[in-house]
Parts: sequence; C-alpha cells; structure tokens
Amino acid sequence: MESIAQLLRLIPKYEAFPQLVQALLPMLVSCVLIFAVLALAVLFAVWLERKVSAHIQDRLGPMYVGGWHGWAQTLADALKLLLKEDIVPASTDRILYKMAPYIVFLGAFAAFVVVPFGASSFVTDLNIGILYVVAVGSLSVVGIIMAGWASNNKYSLYGGMRAAAQIISYEIPSAIAIMAVVIPAGSLSMVEIVNAQKGGIQNWFVFRNPFIFLAFIVYFVASLAEVNRTPFDIPEAESELVAGYHTEYSGMRFAFFFLAEYANMFLVASVAATLFLGGWTQLLPASIAPQILPGPVLFFGKVLVLIFIQMWLRWSLPRVRVDQLMYLSWKVLLPISLVLVLGVGWLAVDW
Amino acid sequence: MLTYFRNLGLGLVTVLNSMGVAWRHLFTRSVTLQYPTVKWQMPEGSRMRLFNKIEDCIGCGQCARVCPTDCITIQTEKRGKDEPEIFASDGTVIKLRTYVFDIDMTRCCYCALCTFPCPTLCLVMTGAYEYSVYDKDEHIYHFAKDKPLTIKAPKVLSTDKA
Repeated sequence: MESIAQLLRLIPKYEAFPQLVQALLPMLVSCVLIFAVLALAVLFAVWLERKVSAHIQDRLGPMYVGGWHGWAQTLADALKLLLKEDIVPASTDRILYKMAPYIVFLGAFAAFVVVPFGASSFVTDLNIGILYVVAVGSLSVVGIIMAGWASNNKYSLYGGMRAAAQIISYEIPSAIAIMAVVIPAGSLSMVEIVNAQKGGIQNWFVFRNPFIFLAFIVYFVASLAEVNRTPFDIPEAESELVAGYHTEYSGMRFAFFFLAEYANMFLVASVAATLFLGGWTQLLPASIAPQILPGPVLFFGKVLVLIFIQMWLRWSLPRVRVDQLMYLSWKVLLPISLVLVLGVGWLAVDW
Repeated sequence: MLTYFRNLGLGLVTVLNSMGVAWRHLFTRSVTLQYPTVKWQMPEGSRMRLFNKIEDCIGCGQCARVCPTDCITIQTEKRGKDEPEIFASDGTVIKLRTYVFDIDMTRCCYCALCTFPCPTLCLVMTGAYEYSVYDKDEHIYHFAKDKPLTIKAPKVLSTDKA
C-alpha cells in the first residue's frame, strides 16, 4: 500500500484532499487492483483448466469463441452468468443465502493483501503475514457452511459439512508444513520469507534441504484438499451431491462461488510459490544470468506452473472416499509434517 | 508399520504413474473433429440420402414396388410414337415419360432395397448426410423434370398412395 500511496501522491493537489480520502484512497485502489488481477487470473485459469482437461482426455476444449483456441470462452461465460436470473429458492434463509458467496470469496480475496507479487508490489507487509493468510483463508469454510445451511437442501448441507470437515482437517498439516519454512526464514512476514530466498534457485526453500522439499509436497497435497479440488473434491462430488454446497445457486452468486474456488486455487499456489519457490525472486543468480525478468512475471510464472500441476493432478486421479480423506490427513500428512518440522529444526540449530 | 510405509510408497508410485499417463495424453492428437468446419468422410457405399439420375430412369417403378415404407412415388405416361427415341446411358430404350419421381426422405428407412432392382442403376444411395430443413415437406425430393403431355399433373404432389 505504501507504493500505491506514493503513486497516488503524483496526482496534482493530492495533499489538498481531505484527510479521510487520503487515508482511504490507497486502500480502495489496492482492493480494486487485487480484484482486477484476481478476476483476470481466474478467467485465464478457468480457460486453462478447460483446455488442459480437454487435451488430457484427447479432446480439444473450447475452440470458437474469440478466435484463437477459444480464448474468450470464459469471458462469454462470465457475461452470461451476469445476465442470468438470480434465483433465491422459497424456503432458504435469505440473508445467509445471499451473504454466503461473498464470504467465501472474501477469504481468498483478503489473503492476497499480504502476498508479495514483486519486490515492491504488495499491499502491506504484515509481520505475521503467513499466519494471517492461514487465518483469513479458513474464513471460506464459514461461507461454505452458510451456503450449505441456508440453501435448505440436504445435498447442499452434506456438501457444506464435508467441506468443513475436510478444510479444518487439512489446515493442520498445511500449517505445520508452513512452519518448516518459517523456521529457516526466521520470520512470519511474507516479504521477509521471500527476501530470505534471494539469489537463485539454490536458495529457494524447496531445494535447501530434503525436509523442506517433503514439506512442500505435504503443503501441496494439503492445499489441494483445502481448495476442494480433485482428488479431494468430495464437498462438490457431482456423482454424490449434485453440486455440493452451491447446488441451489444460480447466476452471479454461482459465479462468485466459481470465482472463489479459482481464487483459492491461486491463493494456495501463490503461498506455495512464495514460501517454497522463492516468490518473485530470479531463477538464476546474478553472477550467471542477467536478471531481466521483472518480479511479478516470475511470480505469476511460478504460480501458473503450480496451478498447472493442480489441474494435471485433477485430471489424472479419481476422487478419494471420505474415510480415505480423513486417513490421509490425520494418519499420513500430520505425522509426516510433524517429523519434517522436527527435522528442519534439527538442521536449523547451529550445533 | 511396514505395511503403512509400503502403502504410502505404493500410493505415491500410483499417483505418479497416473500423472504419467495423463501427461502422455496431453500431447497426443485429439480425436475431436470440428464438425461444421471439418466434415466426416463417409465410407464408400454409405446408405444416406437417395438420389435418382432422372436422365437414366426408365420409369419402370420397381423401386416404388419394393419399398417397404412406400416412400417413392412414380407417375409415368407413354411417350408418343412420333417422339424421337431416347436411351438411358446403358442403352436401354426409355419408353415412359416420368413426370413424377418423388422420394419422401422422412419415410425412408435406408434399407437400400430400392437400389437393387433398378435396371439402369440410376437410383443410388449417396453419402450426403446433412439435410436438415425448416419445413418437413422439403424432405420430399422431386427428381422428375418432364411435364406430362396427356395427363394434367396434380398441383400438390402427395406421396400418400392410399
């Protein structure tokens, strides 16, 4: 926000604005910027998902809208959803029903406040940044349960309950896997963690030691479950629950759930890229290659690679059962992540 | 404890295996044919829309007789003695003037029985498979070109024989 505030000072007579406007304008601008980036990224991710899934299944995917490989397909879909009727079923809890999509989206949206897109392109640098991401990211559970409950539909409620059980279970291994990075970085601030990984690929935390590499895998698996993606998509298992917690939603509210799902994907991919893959830092050290690529480009490149892996996994694995899901979280990922944190701590201590 | 780690390893290996399969399919040629721009090549001898080469038709009516769904309507008259002799492309003399040769493709069952008795091989099944129209009557294909000389042709050509 500091950099945005500095940019805003270039507006002529900015100092003459009322104090309240001077305080609120940077916030508003950063919100709009994050929303715009997120919306564009989601549009692209949905298109990419459709193309990747299609090609893995030997199909072509969208090919017509917009000309080149159907690049405008998701744009057209978003417009269509905007124009559709917003149906609120008769026996719903109207207030909760209408609020739920925004709360689900808020969880992903608010967490982006601390994600550093580049050396100076971040909204704010909280000293407890990663804790904030974990805390705010779990806000979406509230929205999902609200949606499931307010819909007054058994499938929605099943979906909401499953989502709650799943997300809360998987937050524990993912948070402990994050600790494996926090120990060597010595800080909870996202900016500090990225700064600790400067200087090329060998300084990224994934490649620092084998414990952190395994922690990355643990985090990746747990984050897949946190964003309800296949193979952990039992909250929205089409074959069992119609569509899960958003069965009753239509039009723009459904679009918001969709947006939140993909924004969450981006969030976990950004966190993984920031913590383990060096965020916006360069691939090669300055002594080997000139550092020409700007930070945000590198950041989004890393995020896209992770998102591609998420999609790749989604279209190669079947859905796990509920008991298998809980087994994986409590009996596999949790003990492994605890051992990994111990290992990282053992290596971090200067004996 | 040992089975736990064995299952863990097995799970990891199978996940990587399936990812490998998905990766291979990501780069294989997709089987989709983009239909309106690219069209299927029908195999030879496909039984699609009927076509009658009316110049070769001698109006014998064997096709109409054999048709199980009565979708072919033929009306003919004798050619006059003073008219010049005309021949089909295989040399058969055409003694009848076919002034109605209608095929109702909505009734056709694509059995191709009508094509076998045709003495001049003028009635064939083509590979044309796109014939959606706005009006059902457009599925009645009129092949006759001649006008009757002695009989007045009915204005609306109906395929119903009853």
